[in-house]
Amino acid sequence: MSVVRERAAHRPLVPPPRRPPGPARRPTMAGVWPFLLIAPAVLGMLYLLVYPLARAVLISFQDFGLRQLVLGDAHFVGFANYRALLTDPRFWTVVRRTFLFMAVNVALIMTLSTLVALMIERLGRRWRTAVLSALVMAWAMPVVSATTVFQWLFHSRFGIVNHILTGLGFDSFEDYPWLAHGSAAFAILVALVVWQSVPFAAITLYSALTTVPCELYEAARLDGASAVRVFRSVTLPILRPLFMLVLSLEVIWTFRAFVQIWVMTRGGPGDATTILPVYAVQTALAQQRYDLGSTASMLTVLLMSGVLVLYFRQMFRQEAEL
Amino acid sequence: MSTQRALRRLPLHLAASATVVVCLFPVYWMITTAFTPNRDIQSAHPRLVPRTWTLEHFRRAVDADGFGLFWRNSLLVTLGTVLLALLVALGASFAVARMRWRGRRQFMLAVFVAQMAPWESLIIPVYIIARDTDMLDRLPTLTLVYFMMTLPFTIVVLRGFLSTIPPELEECAQLDGCTRLSAFRHVALPLLAPGLMATSLFGYITAWNEFAYANFLIIKQQDHRTLPVWLSSFHNVFGTDWGATMAASTLFSLPALVVFLLLQRHVTSGFAAGAVKG
Repeated sequence: MSVVRERAAHRPLVPPPRRPPGPARRPTMAGVWPFLLIAPAVLGMLYLLVYPLARAVLISFQDFGLRQLVLGDAHFVGFANYRALLTDPRFWTVVRRTFLFMAVNVALIMTLSTLVALMIERLGRRWRTAVLSALVMAWAMPVVSATTVFQWLFHSRFGIVNHILTGLGFDSFEDYPWLAHGSAAFAILVALVVWQSVPFAAITLYSALTTVPCELYEAARLDGASAVRVFRSVTLPILRPLFMLVLSLEVIWTFRAFVQIWVMTRGGPGDATTILPVYAVQTALAQQRYDLGSTASMLTVLLMSGVLVLYFRQMFRQEAEL
Repeated sequence: MSTQRALRRLPLHLAASATVVVCLFPVYWMITTAFTPNRDIQSAHPRLVPRTWTLEHFRRAVDADGFGLFWRNSLLVTLGTVLLALLVALGASFAVARMRWRGRRQFMLAVFVAQMAPWESLIIPVYIIARDTDMLDRLPTLTLVYFMMTLPFTIVVLRGFLSTIPPELEECAQLDGCTRLSAFRHVALPLLAPGLMATSLFGYITAWNEFAYANFLIIKQQDHRTLPVWLSSFHNVFGTDWGATMAASTLFSLPALVVFLLLQRHVTSGFAAGAVKG
C-alpha cells in the first residue's frame, strides 16, 4: 500500500482523474471502454465456441463423409442422420450404457465424497492436513497418467490388484484379464473416474461444511438434538445448495467422460465401454462418417441440456443470494 | 481417559487412513514402479517397496524419440493458454465488476453458459474448421482451443474476486493522482493475486492435461504432439515396457503434482469461489 502512495506522490503531473458529471457515485468510464474490454472475450467465444457449435449443427443435417470433407460438396439431407441414429439399436444401447455409467459413477462419487467431507470435519488438525493433501494429490494426477497407472494396477499378469486378490484367496483372479471382459473393463473405468472425481467433490463439500457457524451446532446440542437430528436439521440445509451444484457438475462431467475410456479401452472390448462421446468420435473419425458423429454429439448435447437446466436453476438461485 | 478417547476415535482414524491410502496408492505405485528394475516388475510377487532401485526406465523415457520436443510443445501451449486467458479475462472481468453498461448481465449469462460448453462434442467441427483454415497440425490451434476452454472459468473467478475488492480503494488512488489504469494495477491487481493464482493454475492444468484435441488436431506433424498424446502412444509402442511407461507418466505428472501441492490452499479456495459464484 505504501508503494502506491509513494508512486502517487512522485507523480504530481498526472492530471486528476476525469469524473463523469452528475450524481454518479463511482467513476464510470463512459462509452466504448467496457465494450472494448470484453471484445476479445466475445470474439473468442463467437469464433471458437459458437461457430463450431453452429458448424456441428449444420453437419448433422448434411451428408458429410470423407468425400465431402475433401471436396466440400456436402448437401443437406434434412433429418436423415437423426433418423438413422434414432432407429439404430446400437445407438440406443450406447445411450442406455451412458446413463448407467453416469448413474453408477455419480452415486458412488456423491456418497463417498459426502462421507469423506464429514470425516475431514471431525478430524484433528494433523489428520485433516494429511487427508486433504492426499486428496489434492489424487486430484492433481493428470487424466492420461492416471489412466496409464490404472492399466498397470489392473495388469493381468503383473498387476498388483490381481496379486492382492489372489493373495486374499480369490484364486480366480490369477492372471485375470480385466480389460478383456466387458463388465470388468467397465468396473475399472468406474473406479478410475470415481477415484479422480471424489477429491474435488469432497473438498468442495468440506469447504461448505466449514462455513456452518459452530454456534448453530452448540444451540442444537443444547436443545438436546441427537447427532442424526443435527445432521438433518443443521448440516444438510446448509450443505444442500453446494451439494446440488456438485451433483450437477459431476453428472455433466461423467456424461462427457472421454479421455479415460479412449486411452484405456477405445470403447472396447466389443462395445462394452462405449458411451456417447466415444461413440461420436468413433463414428466420425474412425468410420469417417462426420455427419453421424456430429448428430450423435448433438443428441448428447440435447440429453445433457436437461441436466444443464437443473444446473442453471441452482446457479441463479445462488447468484441471487450474492 | 485418553486411551478411551483414542479408542472412540479409532474408527474415524481408520477411515482417514483408508482414504489416504486409496488416494495415494496409485501415485505411489506409479513412482515406485518407475524406479524398479525390470526383473522385479515382471515378477510373480510384486513388492510394496522395491528391493533395488534403478534410473534405467527414466533414461529410456527421456531418450525416447522427441521427448524434449513434446515437453517443449506442452510448455509452450500451456504458457500461451494461461497468459492469453488471464489477459483477456482481466479486461472482461474488470468491465463487468467495475463498470455499468448495457448488456452486462447478458454477457455474464453467456460466460456462464460457455463454462458448460460441451467440448467433447465439438471435436469434429473444430477439426473441420482448423483444416479449412490451414490450422491443422499447428500448436497455436491447440492454444486457442485451450484458451477458450479456460476463459469462462477465469472470467467468473476473477470477477468474483474483483467484486470483493472495494472500488473505493481504487478511487482513493485515483484521487491521489493515479490514472484509472495505474490505480487498478497498483491497488486491485495485488489484491487479486489469489484469484490470478487459482485461475492460472486451472488453465495450466487444463492445457497441460488436455488429450482429445491434441490427439485429433495434430495428425500429420508428429513433431507438434504434446505430452499427453505422446504418453498414450508411448504406452502402445512400448507395449510391455511398464517401467518406462511409469517413468514417463511420473515425469509428465510431476509438474502438476508439485504445483498443485504448493498452491493447495489457493486451489481449494479459488475453485470453491469459482464453483459457488458460478
